[in-house]
Amino acid sequence: MPAPEPRPALEALRAQVSRLEGQGRRRRGVLPFGMPEIDGRLPDGGLALGALHEVAGGGHDALNAAASGLFSAGIAARTRGKVLWIATRQDLYAPALQQVGLSARRTIYVAASSDVDVLACFEEALRRQGLGAVVAEVGRLSMTASRRLQLATETSGALGIAIRRWRRQTDAADFGQPTASVTRWRVSVLPSVPLPVPGVGRSRWLLELIRARAGECADFEVEACDAKGRLAPCRLALPATLADRPDQEAAGHRRARA
Amino acid sequence: MLSVDLAARRLGLRPGTPVAKAQALHPDLLIMDADPDGDRAGLERLSLWFQHRIAPIVAPDPPDGIVLDTTGADHLHGGEAVMLENMVSRLKEAGITARAAIADTWGAAHALARYGRERITLVPPGETAAAITDLPIEALRLPADIIDGLHGLGVSRIGPLAGMPRAPLTLRFGPDVARRLDQAFGRQAEAIVPVRLQAPVQVSRNFAEPISAAETIARYITKLVPPLCAGLEEREQGVRRLDLLLHRVDSRTEAVRVATAMPVRDVRRLTRLLCDRIETIDPGFGIERMVLTASLAEPILHRQGVSALIEEEEADVSDLIDTLANRVGTQALYRFAPVESDVPERAVCRVPALAPEDGRDWPDHWPRPTRLLPRPEPIQTMAVLPDHPPVFFIWRGIRRRIRCADGPERVFGEWWKGDAELTTVRDYFRVEDTSGETFWVYRTGDGEHGETGSQGWFLHGLFE
Repeated sequence: MPAPEPRPALEALRAQVSRLEGQGRRRRGVLPFGMPEIDGRLPDGGLALGALHEVAGGGHDALNAAASGLFSAGIAARTRGKVLWIATRQDLYAPALQQVGLSARRTIYVAASSDVDVLACFEEALRRQGLGAVVAEVGRLSMTASRRLQLATETSGALGIAIRRWRRQTDAADFGQPTASVTRWRVSVLPSVPLPVPGVGRSRWLLELIRARAGECADFEVEACDAKGRLAPCRLALPATLADRPDQEAAGHRRARA
Repeated sequence: MLSVDLAARRLGLRPGTPVAKAQALHPDLLIMDADPDGDRAGLERLSLWFQHRIAPIVAPDPPDGIVLDTTGADHLHGGEAVMLENMVSRLKEAGITARAAIADTWGAAHALARYGRERITLVPPGETAAAITDLPIEALRLPADIIDGLHGLGVSRIGPLAGMPRAPLTLRFGPDVARRLDQAFGRQAEAIVPVRLQAPVQVSRNFAEPISAAETIARYITKLVPPLCAGLEEREQGVRRLDLLLHRVDSRTEAVRVATAMPVRDVRRLTRLLCDRIETIDPGFGIERMVLTASLAEPILHRQGVSALIEEEEADVSDLIDTLANRVGTQALYRFAPVESDVPERAVCRVPALAPEDGRDWPDHWPRPTRLLPRPEPIQTMAVLPDHPPVFFIWRGIRRRIRCADGPERVFGEWWKGDAELTTVRDYFRVEDTSGETFWVYRTGDGEHGETGSQGWFLHGLFE
């Protein structure tokens, strides 16, 4: 997917719009992915700091949030400062986060008893300066709640990541509802990188940028986070035999429906 | 044995008997390890109670006693005899067998309380010397080797010892013997250094008109916190636990307690913590008195800041931790720390969010799943024994065909934890199904020997 060509007129308009909507709001900078394909699609060339981002898993991962959790951990690992991880279900396995560069010494977990508690703690933490990233696993996220979170994170400049995790597959349709988050991602698993020997290669994800404020939607095929939380572009195109499998089509339909 | 209770004493056991011998005599004897530190702490708590109730000058007299200066305090309790009776019976109610004695000197009272004939001994003023002459020399608070030496000389009572010439005694045993004798007979003064109960920092405010609105309560909280912090600053302390008591006009008391992870003396932060809890207060018909107490205070340790040239200083997040902990509970905030164990669920433990870092990490040579199920879930599989990954498996009603797999990673049971784990084995496989989802499954047992496990398959974690 080629990056769009820079258009000066559009850039000027964008600057004017951001001036209009952000009275007195400071530019907080961005956290680039280090992949030109993705960074080129995002306004200012990376994930905006001081903004709320949403991540959800595709297919079964909407319930398990394993890939989306790892994707978020990889982003959090590249920030500086402590990371707060708020969740109702305490099934994260810390050694795995360490393997994508998010040290257990940096990460503080909050076990909330309900989604309401998660949102309250999330907002509280986003207001607080000095945290690198705040990650919260939450199911329902209303427009009002996300607006509050977005305003909170604008005051501090922390990176807010809401992992959308539902308890039932049918609830995952909630991801279609509009929220005030700046970007919205869906992480779906793809078959891993084929190896010349038996074994499991590096995982691959289909990253769908479903929404980006002042940006365009896009899809990326990437290799999963490495030991420092960085993604990598897929070096090998999927073999046609793999890409055209009925399973993949079914997964594609599921994603399209969700 | 250091000490025996009354029942054991009736059986003929005495302190000093070897434990093995006592157990040989009475096999069902209940034996507890000595805990000198605990005893000392208990003694200090008891001293504080005495200071509260009986007399102001109280000190623990380790290992087993408490000394009180009751001068000028006995009349409050109905005389010396009644006071002692009262003290002993109260301690008995608390499960403590006590003996008490009043004498002119600490030394004499110490001796009579331990070696006197009666449970309660009263020595009238001026008759101390007569009362203690017949007591054994062990009563004199002398070190054990001096006691042994004196026994070697054939001296066993205080009277004969007091009559011996001082110079040879001092030459042989040092100045302790003469000093303890003089202290017991009242010829040398001995000061009691009393335990001191430090009152907690406390500020209060009375209202002419009862208040009840949340904003008013918040306003008075902001007025109470600064003097509290000033009081703490004088003592160079910070609060770990703060109690706000609100006395209502109908004689009931509402309480708000906030706790902090580190000692805090910051006005804004404490005000914030208290104001967050206003919604839990039920003012009823109004509040007429507010009392703010630093019920647990600890010294604040000042740490030298790191120079910006060397490394970037980490932002202090302890205030956020406190705010969240007061909302969801201290237990709900934690970090994970490594434990040296190959069994995955035992390799992590929870530590407090602000626990000191020990710099350890998990070994990095095997991939670990992002999500670990709270308990492994059984799956139906088909696999070639002994060491092949499954061809497919059914988990939560969905059948998944496996495209590729890594493994096995063999984890042995921790035999030092219990006999049940002596032979157990788990073989972990990382398997990827045709849609790309990766799972962590294991087989209990090595696939060959029945004693290593049931050979059943379980799903333990999800990679992505």
